[in-house]
Amino acid sequence: MNKLVRQMLPFASLILIICALSALEPDSFLTLDNFLNVFRRSSVFGIIAIGMTFIIISAGIDLSVGSMMALCGMLGAHVMVAAGGADPHGGALVIGTIAGIAAGILCGLLNGFLITRLKLQPFIVTLGTMSFFRGIALVMKDGQPINVPSYKYLGEGTVLNFKIGRDAALNQDIVFGIPISVIIFILVIAAAVFILSYTRLGRYVYAIGSNREAAFHAGVNVERNLICIYAFTGLLVGIAAMIATSRTVSAQPTAGYGAELDIIAAVVIGGASLSGGRGTVTGTIVGTLLISFLRNGCTLLGISTNAQLIVIGMIIILAVTLDQLARTRAGKP
Amino acid sequence: MIASRQDNYGRGDIRIRMTGISKSFGPVQALSEVNLTVRSGAVHALVGENGAGKSTLMKVLAGVYKPDSGSIEIAGRQCTFNNPQQALASGISMIYQDLDLAEHLTAAENVFLGDEPAGVLPFVIDRKEMVRKTAELANSFNFEILPTAVVADLPTGDCQVVEIVKALAREATIIVMDEPTSSLSENEVERLFKVVRSLRAKGISIIYISHRLEEIVGLADDITVLRDGRVVHCGSAAELDIPQIVRHMVGRELTEFFPSREVTIGDVRVRVEKLSLEKKIRNISFEIRAGEIVGMAGLVGSGRTEVAKGVFGVDKRTSGSIFLDGLELNIDSPLDAIAAGIALLTEDRKRTGLCLGLASGWNITLPSLERIGMKRVIRPVREKKIASQFAERLSVRWRGPDAPVDSLSGGNQQKLLVARWLLAEAKFMIFDEPTRGIDVGAKKEVYLLLNRLAEQGKAILFISSELPEIFGIADRILVMRRGKLVANLKTIETTQEQVVHLAAVEETG
Repeated sequence: MNKLVRQMLPFASLILIICALSALEPDSFLTLDNFLNVFRRSSVFGIIAIGMTFIIISAGIDLSVGSMMALCGMLGAHVMVAAGGADPHGGALVIGTIAGIAAGILCGLLNGFLITRLKLQPFIVTLGTMSFFRGIALVMKDGQPINVPSYKYLGEGTVLNFKIGRDAALNQDIVFGIPISVIIFILVIAAAVFILSYTRLGRYVYAIGSNREAAFHAGVNVERNLICIYAFTGLLVGIAAMIATSRTVSAQPTAGYGAELDIIAAVVIGGASLSGGRGTVTGTIVGTLLISFLRNGCTLLGISTNAQLIVIGMIIILAVTLDQLARTRAGKP
Repeated sequence: MIASRQDNYGRGDIRIRMTGISKSFGPVQALSEVNLTVRSGAVHALVGENGAGKSTLMKVLAGVYKPDSGSIEIAGRQCTFNNPQQALASGISMIYQDLDLAEHLTAAENVFLGDEPAGVLPFVIDRKEMVRKTAELANSFNFEILPTAVVADLPTGDCQVVEIVKALAREATIIVMDEPTSSLSENEVERLFKVVRSLRAKGISIIYISHRLEEIVGLADDITVLRDGRVVHCGSAAELDIPQIVRHMVGRELTEFFPSREVTIGDVRVRVEKLSLEKKIRNISFEIRAGEIVGMAGLVGSGRTEVAKGVFGVDKRTSGSIFLDGLELNIDSPLDAIAAGIALLTEDRKRTGLCLGLASGWNITLPSLERIGMKRVIRPVREKKIASQFAERLSVRWRGPDAPVDSLSGGNQQKLLVARWLLAEAKFMIFDEPTRGIDVGAKKEVYLLLNRLAEQGKAILFISSELPEIFGIADRILVMRRGKLVANLKTIETTQEQVVHLAAVEETG
C-alpha cells in the first residue's frame, strides 16, 4: 500500500504541476503545440536519463554524459561534412549519424573499462572523462560549432502527419504530426523497460546495485554487466546527441553543458537511489517530464532561466525528502 | 502471575525495572506487557527465538523506540527516553553485534569519540590524557588492551573490549551485549567471560543476549525468556538447564537436538587435491562422498573459509585441482563453480549472500535464470512460481516472492539461500557457519535440512565454529590449523577434546 503511494508520488506531482500550470496559463500552456514542444525537448535528456537510470541502479554514476553528448555531436557532424561537403545531404548524413552514435558507444565502453578493469570509482572515472570528452569536443574545431544545414529529419521531422484544419490567414493546412524525436524516445523507453524488467542484464543490474559482493557470489559476471550498461548509456547519449544536433542543425562543442546534473536529478526524482538497487524507467520518465514542464511553465510565467534554477533545486530536495519519508514509514514492520 | 514470579529473584539492588512495556509496529504486536528487572552487579541473560522481541525491548531501553505503554525505572528513578542520548546519559550502553567503532581510529580515540578531553588550546585534543585515561580504565578492570592500536588491526575480541571501555568511559552502569560471542574464537570467548565477570564484580549490570545457551548457563545470574513478545519465564539462571530454557523459548521440547540420519554413503563425489591460496592455505586435499556430511573445524583464521573460497572460485588458487564426479573442473570464478554444480553458502549472508533490498524470489532465482529457461527473456509469473515452489520445500515463512529479503527473519533468509542452491541443482554444497546468529528452532531446521540434502546424495562440507554441532551432524571431521589440514577423522572415532587439541595446539618436533 505504502509502496504504491511512494511509487505514485512523482507521478502525482507531475499531474499536480500540469494542473497548476493549466490553471495559471490556460492559453499558452494548455495547447497541443506546447505539449509537443515539451515532449520534443524532453526527448534528448530523457533518452540519456534512461541510460543513467541503469547506471544509478547499479550503484554507479556517470558524470560524463553532457560532455559525451557534445563530443558525439561534433564527431557525427564532422563525419557528415567530411563525407558530404559544407552542406551534406543523404548518405553523408546517415553515415555521420551512425558515426556519432558509434562514438557514444566507444565513450561508454571507455568509462566501463576504466571502472571495471582499473577498479576505479565511477564518480572519479567519469569526472575525468567529463573533462576529457569536453576537451576533445572543444579542441576539434577550436571551440566553433559545425553547421549541417540540411540535417533536419531527426530534430524537426514528424510522422503520421494528418491535416487537422486550415489556417485561412496564411492559406496553409495546419498539419499535426508526431515528432521523430518523440517516437525515438518512446522506442528507447520501451526497449529500456524490457531490458530492465525482462532480461538477465536488467536483473543483474539490480543485483549488482543492491549488493555487488552477493551478486558476484551468486555467479553474476559483475564486470561484464557493468561494461554493458556503460556502453548502453553511451549508445543512448549518441542517439540523443544526434537528435540535439539535428534540432539546431549544428553541432555545438558546448552542448549539454551541465546536463548531467539535470539528468541525475530526473532519475533521483523518479525514485532511484544513489546507493543502488532501486529505480525504474517509468520513474525516470516522470522525473524528466516533471523538470521539463516546470521549466516550460516557469518560462511561460515569465520566470527567468536563472530563477528557474532556484525552483528546480527546491523540487529536487523536496522530492527526495518525500520519498525518504514514505520509505521510513513503509520500512517499519 | 508473571509479576509475582518476578519478585522471587529480585534480591539485591534493582538497577532497572521495566514494567508493562508494550510496543506495536502497525498490526504487529512486538512487545506486550513485558516486565524486566535487572539487579546491580548481575549478568542478566535475555533469551528467545529470533523475532521474540529481544531487540525491540533493548531498543526501548536504549531510547531508540518509544514504548506504547509501560514505564522504565533506572535506579529507582522514573525515566522517559526520547532519544538514545538520554538513555546513554542515564548510564545505559549498548554493544551491538556489529560493533560500532570507527575502524581507522585508535582504541583510545574510539573510547573518547565525541567526548575528547580538551587540551591547553581550545579545539585541540589532549592525546596523552586520552591514552592515559584509556589505559587507566582498562587496567582497573584488568583488560589487556593497547590504547594506541588502530581498531582495524585488532581482532574482533579486542574490538569488543574497546567498546566496553568506551561504555565505561561514559560511566555506564548498564551494558547491553547483543550476541557478543557470535564472531569470536573459543579463546576470545573465554576472555570475554572474564571481562564480563570483572564488570559484574564492580557492580555493573550486564544484559546479555545470546543464542548460545551453554554460555548463558555458565555465565548468567538471572534469566528472562521472551516468546512472541511476552515474558514466558524469569528467574535465577542456576535453576534452569539447557533443555528447560529451550522448552521455554520454543514452547515445545526439542527432543534429540541433532537429528539422526539413514546413512547411505556412495562413491566419491568431490575430490580436492593440493589446494593452495597464496599465503593463506597450503596443500589442502580431501574427498567427500555422495551423501556424506564432512565437518570442518578449526579456530577463526585457521583457513576454513579460505578453503571454501578457493573451491568456489572467489579467491584465486595458486595451485590445486578440484574434481566433481570424477571430472576435473576448471574454476576461475563463482560463475564457473555454479555451472559445475558447486554451491557456497557464505558465512556472512548479509554481505556476500543476499541482495537484502530486492525481492526474495529474485534472490532465489539469481544464479539459475539460464537454467530455468530464462536466458534471454525473464517471465516474471513463471519465475515467481518456481521461486515459491522451492521456498515451500524449505518452508520459508514469507509474505510471498515479492517480499524484500530484509523483511524475513535470519533463519528464513538462510533458508532462502538454501532454496537458491537447490534450484541451481548443486551437487556439492559448502555451508560456512550456517547456524550463526539464528535461533534454536531454526538451527534444528538447518540440521534436518543438511541431513535431507545428504540423503539426496549431495556431498556436503559443513564449516562451523561450534564443535557440538559438528559432532552432532558430520560423518567425518577435517581439522584446520594455520592454513593446513591437520586431521581427517571419523566422527565416531574421535572426541571433542581431541579436535580442540588438534585445532589449537602446535605440535612440537
